Amino acid sequence: MSHQPLNRRDSIKTLAALGAAASSPFAFAQKPITVGVIYVGPRDDYGYNQAQAEAAAALKKMSGVKVVEEENVPETAAVQKTMTGMIAQDGASLVFPTSFGYFDPHMLAVAGKFPNARFAHCGGMWTEGKHPKNTASYFGYIDECQYLNGVIAGHMSKSGKIGFVAAKPIPQVLRNINAFTMGARSVKPGITCNVIFTGDWSMPVKEAEATNSMADQGVDVFTMHVDGPKVIVETAAKRGKMVCGYHASQAKLAPQAYLTGAEWNWLTAYTTFLEAARSGKPHPNFIRGGLKEGYVKMSAYGPTVTEPAKKAADAVKASMIAGKFDIFKGPLKDNKGKEIIAAGKSFKQTDLELEKMNYLVEGVNGSI
Amino acid sequence: MHSRAKDILLPIAAIIAALLLFGVFVWFAGVNPVEVWVLLFKGAFGDWYSWQNTLQRAAPLMLTALCVAIPARAGLTIIGAEGSVVLGGLACAWMAQTIPLPGNMMGTALLCIAGALLGGLWIALAGWLRQYRGINETISSLLLAYVAIGLFKHLVEGPLRDPGSLNKPSTFAIAEGLRISGISGTDVHWGLVIGVLACIASGLWFRLTSSGFAVRVVGGNPRAAQLVGLPASKLILLACALGGACAGLAGAIEVAAVHTSANASLIAGYGYAGILVSFIARHHPFAIIPVAILFGGFGAAGSLLQRRLGLPDASVQVLQGIAFVLILASEALRDVNWKAVFSRMAAFGPSEPTPVVIAGLTRNPDLGAPTWTPDQVRGDTK
Repeated sequence: MSHQPLNRRDSIKTLAALGAAASSPFAFAQKPITVGVIYVGPRDDYGYNQAQAEAAAALKKMSGVKVVEEENVPETAAVQKTMTGMIAQDGASLVFPTSFGYFDPHMLAVAGKFPNARFAHCGGMWTEGKHPKNTASYFGYIDECQYLNGVIAGHMSKSGKIGFVAAKPIPQVLRNINAFTMGARSVKPGITCNVIFTGDWSMPVKEAEATNSMADQGVDVFTMHVDGPKVIVETAAKRGKMVCGYHASQAKLAPQAYLTGAEWNWLTAYTTFLEAARSGKPHPNFIRGGLKEGYVKMSAYGPTVTEPAKKAADAVKASMIAGKFDIFKGPLKDNKGKEIIAAGKSFKQTDLELEKMNYLVEGVNGSI
Repeated sequence: MHSRAKDILLPIAAIIAALLLFGVFVWFAGVNPVEVWVLLFKGAFGDWYSWQNTLQRAAPLMLTALCVAIPARAGLTIIGAEGSVVLGGLACAWMAQTIPLPGNMMGTALLCIAGALLGGLWIALAGWLRQYRGINETISSLLLAYVAIGLFKHLVEGPLRDPGSLNKPSTFAIAEGLRISGISGTDVHWGLVIGVLACIASGLWFRLTSSGFAVRVVGGNPRAAQLVGLPASKLILLACALGGACAGLAGAIEVAAVHTSANASLIAGYGYAGILVSFIARHHPFAIIPVAILFGGFGAAGSLLQRRLGLPDASVQVLQGIAFVLILASEALRDVNWKAVFSRMAAFGPSEPTPVVIAGLTRNPDLGAPTWTPDQVRGDTK
C-alpha cells in the first residue's frame, strides 16, 4: 500500500474518522449544509462523472452535510433549471456543476439570480472582475499523472508504439497527449504515440474503432481522454494490449491489462469549498493543484508492471511532489519540427500559458 | 362514446395506468410509491419553479414536433429535425457574427428568420430527394441530420470559432441586444410563446385554408390529389420546408435565448424528442402543445425525483417509456364498441361456441341450416 497514499478507501477511512471527530462539541459550531452535485453523464461511467460522484459520496458521509445529486443533465436550459431547483427547492447553498459546458452561460446566469448561493465549477477559467464572486472554478494538473502513465508505458511497451484515444483537440486534452508522450520518450526516445480524435466526449463506437485500428497498427499500450474510458480499456484488454486508465480507476474492468492510471481526487477541492462555505469565509474562486496538493492521484500498479518501471515512475513522482519537476520545458519541438519552447525556458504547472496549448509535441503521430 | 371524448380520455387513462405501473415498479425497488407520485406532481406542476421548469423544457419540443407533424400531414415520415435544429442555431450565430444587425427586436427577428430558412431548406432537401430522386425520406432525413451535425461541428470548431473559446469550441457570443430574454422577469423565454403560436398557426392552416387542405389531401392519397390537379410534389416540398423552418427556428431560439453562441451543447436531442411528441399527438398541431408540456413535465419531475429520492435517471426514462407505450397502445381501444363489450360482460354465464366462418366452406346461416361445429369443418363432413 506504500505506493498509494491517496486511494479512495483510505480517504473514506479518514473521512469516517473526521465524522467521528465531528460528534465532539467542537463541531457543533458548523451549521448543516446542503450541497448539490450535477453530472453530465451517468454517475457510474468508470470515468469523468464517477470521479466526481466518488467525492460527492465522501461528502455524504460527513456529519451535517446533505448531498442532492442529478445525473445525465444536458448542457442546456435543463442544467439552469437543475441548479435553480437545488437552491430553491432543496435549499442547497453550495452547488457543483461538474461539466465544462455548464460554466458559460448556464452557471453564470443562475449565479446572478442567487447571489447568496456558492457555485464551484470543474475545469472552467474563473477570472477576477469578469465572473461573479459567488462562482469559482477548480481543476487538477492531471498531466502530471499522464506523464507518469507515459513513464510506465515507456517501460512496458515492446513495439515502441503507444496510443492515445482523445475526444477533441482542445488545450486540456492536448496537454495530456503531450505529457503522456513525453513521459514515454523520457524512457526510450524512439517511442511514438499515435493519437485519434473521436470528435466528442462520449462516442463508444468510435472509441472502440480507434482502439482496434491502433492495435492493428502495432500499438501495445493505450491511454485516453474521453468521458468514459470503459470501452477503450475493455477493447484494449480483449486485444491482449496494455492500458493506462484515466479519470477514475478502471482496474476492475481489466485487472491483467491495467498498468496504472491518472485519477482525479476531487475530494480535496470539494472539502476546500465546503469548509469555506460552512465557516462563512470568502468563496475560494480559483483553486488548482497537482499530485503535491492532492488534486490528482495514481491508480495502484497492476500485477504486470515491472520493478524498474515502478522505481522510475516513483522517482519522477517524488520529484514532482517536491516541486522540482517541470513537464513542459525547453528545448521542445512540436511534431512539425517547429520550436515551441526555447532551451533554458520552462513552464510551471500554474502558468496560464499551458492552458492555451495548441500543439502536439515531437513523437506524436497525429494532427489537430 | 363520442370521438372527441375518446381523444382526451384515452391518453389520460393511459397516463394514469402508467403511473400505477410505475408505482409498482418503484415499490419493488424499495421506494414508497405514494411518495414518488407526490414528487412527480410537485416536480412538474407543484409550484411556480416547477411550472417554469416544465414550460421551458417544453418550448423547443413544440417546434421540433412540428417538423415531424407538418410533413406527416403530407404523408411523409421525417425524423431528421435534429439536423435543422443545429443548422438553425448555426445560421443564427453565423449571421450575428458576420453581419452588423440592429441590436433590437428587428435584429433578433432576422436571426430567427435566418435559422428558419436554413432549417427549412434542409428538410426540403429530404423532400426533394423523395419526390425527384425516389429516396426514402425517413432514411434520408435521418442521415442528413448526421451530415448537418458534421457540418456544424466543422464550422464551429474551425472557420467560425471564437479563438477565446479554449476548451469548449464555440462561435462568438451574440450581442446582448440580440438575445431573447425571459417573459417579464421569469425564466421562461419567449420561445415558448413562439412555439405555441406556431402550433396554433399550423393547426389553423390545415383546418381553414385551401392550401392546408390540399396538403392533407396529398397526405391522404397522393394519386387522387394529382388526379384532381393538385401540385402534389410542390405541396410536399412546402410541408417539408415549413416543418424544417420550425425546427430551424427552435435552434435559432436556443442559441439566442439560452446558449448565446453556437456550440456542441446545442446538439441535445431536441429533434429526436420531437418525433415522440409528434407521434403521441398523432401529428395534430393543437395536440402538440399539451403533449410537449407533458414531456417537459416528465423532465422536470425526473429532476426532482433524482434529487429527493436518489433514483437513477433511468427510472424516469422507464416511466416515460411505459407512458408512451400505453398511450400508443390505447389507440387500439379507440374502435372498440364499448356497448357490445359491456353487454357481453353483463350476460354472465357459459357462452355459446361462436361458429367459425370460413369463406366457401361455411354455409350461410340465413338458410336456417344446422350450426356447423369446428370439428365438422375440419373433418370435411357434409
